[in-house]
Amino acid sequence: MSDEFTFEGWRRPDGRIGIRNHCLVLATVVCAAGVVREVGRRLPEVIAVEHPHGCGRGGPDIGLQLKTLAGLVQNPNIGGAILVGLGCEPVSVGLLSAVIGETGKPLKGIVIQEAGGSGKTADQVEAMAREMLAELAEMPRSPGTAADLTLALECGGSDTFSGMTANPAVGKAVDRLVAMGGTAILSETTEMIGALDPLLRRAENDEIAAQLKKMVDDQEAVTRKILGDFADRALAPGNVESGLSTIAEKSLGCIAKGGSTPIREVLAYAQRPSKQGLVVMDTPGYDAESMTGMAAAGAQMIAFTTGRGSPAGFPGVPVIKVSSSSEIYERMADDIDVDAGRVLSGMTLDDASEEILSLLLRVARGEKTKAELNRQDVFAIAQTHQAL
Amino acid sequence: MSVRAVRIDAGDNVAVVVADVEAGGRVRLDDESELTATQPVPRGNKVALTAIAPGEPVIRYGEEIGVATAGIAAGDHVHTHNLGGRK
Repeated sequence: MSDEFTFEGWRRPDGRIGIRNHCLVLATVVCAAGVVREVGRRLPEVIAVEHPHGCGRGGPDIGLQLKTLAGLVQNPNIGGAILVGLGCEPVSVGLLSAVIGETGKPLKGIVIQEAGGSGKTADQVEAMAREMLAELAEMPRSPGTAADLTLALECGGSDTFSGMTANPAVGKAVDRLVAMGGTAILSETTEMIGALDPLLRRAENDEIAAQLKKMVDDQEAVTRKILGDFADRALAPGNVESGLSTIAEKSLGCIAKGGSTPIREVLAYAQRPSKQGLVVMDTPGYDAESMTGMAAAGAQMIAFTTGRGSPAGFPGVPVIKVSSSSEIYERMADDIDVDAGRVLSGMTLDDASEEILSLLLRVARGEKTKAELNRQDVFAIAQTHQAL
Repeated sequence: MSVRAVRIDAGDNVAVVVADVEAGGRVRLDDESELTATQPVPRGNKVALTAIAPGEPVIRYGEEIGVATAGIAAGDHVHTHNLGGRK
């Protein structure tokens, strides 16, 4: 398979390779959301990202926002970006550009207060985006292999079957991707509470084990502070309705999507992996924030398992949806790419993982996922403090 | 007619039923062993394979998912009413 796992992507100046070549129009602050939305309406081929961030927070969260937004621009699937700011915000076009640094990618910026308001800004951004799209269309392709890929792992709306079908099937696909030199990011620290022992057994060395333990213990303490005696049931109502009883039960099912290879590195939120193989990122269990952290770290695609059925996608990064049951697949066929529920009626996990791996390859070669076709883009940056 | 229940690890003392089971219904594991459900067990929920005393661990995936908060008999439905986290 490793000889056949090749695709034509776009090699970036930093050496990483994109499986898409998008023009990103990115708000630096919530106040630019309207302009970005308008440009996205006029030019559906751009990736228009707006968000509620960029102002109104203290230092640590502003730092996290800068790091994450910069990581999104640096993501290899982004061919070029236009930053849209307001003019008086801490996450300004100038500061964000400095954090992004030299990428060799086309990067432009515009400030609404200087450009003369939202209408004039939207017109100018539209013109810039048309020019950038034309420039990106001329960019040559370069060959890539599994070793160039970073796959983010996510689950949303877990059910009791997730840990028996979709997650272990993705886990086996991850094992094969890692064997071919690829990288996978397991995240969602909340969904590691109660599953620390099996994770520690897989840590590549004692230092990584200690980092994992601290990360999960800290998250458990936060969860207990917020939920008190309900912490053991840090579950969404849909989880419980499906038959999951405790956070440990949900977590043990969730970590199955990381497969069985050693954990080689523990990353902070939005931190780029420095090693190949399986790595763990400290993120909330909240899907949107977790996916954002992994995309900012450079993941070119996301494998997203779902029990209850989630339509979520991510801007610029294809999301492959794998259902844990055939019922959900059939009910939400427009949203889900692979039905791993067939494992309950006799399909082997190996066959399910083969199907997932071959879809990963097709997506790397340009096939659009259901979430891409539906433009199901969600984006949210994890925050540590309340708004000021 | 028996309903399939999946025991993931040989050490598990619960299994997950793949369809609704009535009280008195038969549950079949993949090793062909069977037991009788003492209570209705909805699809995707857990059925106890052995008796589990209060405070004893409930095992799925070969790992502890919590402890029994009430006495559980073989064939009982296991969920939030009789299974909680270890404090």
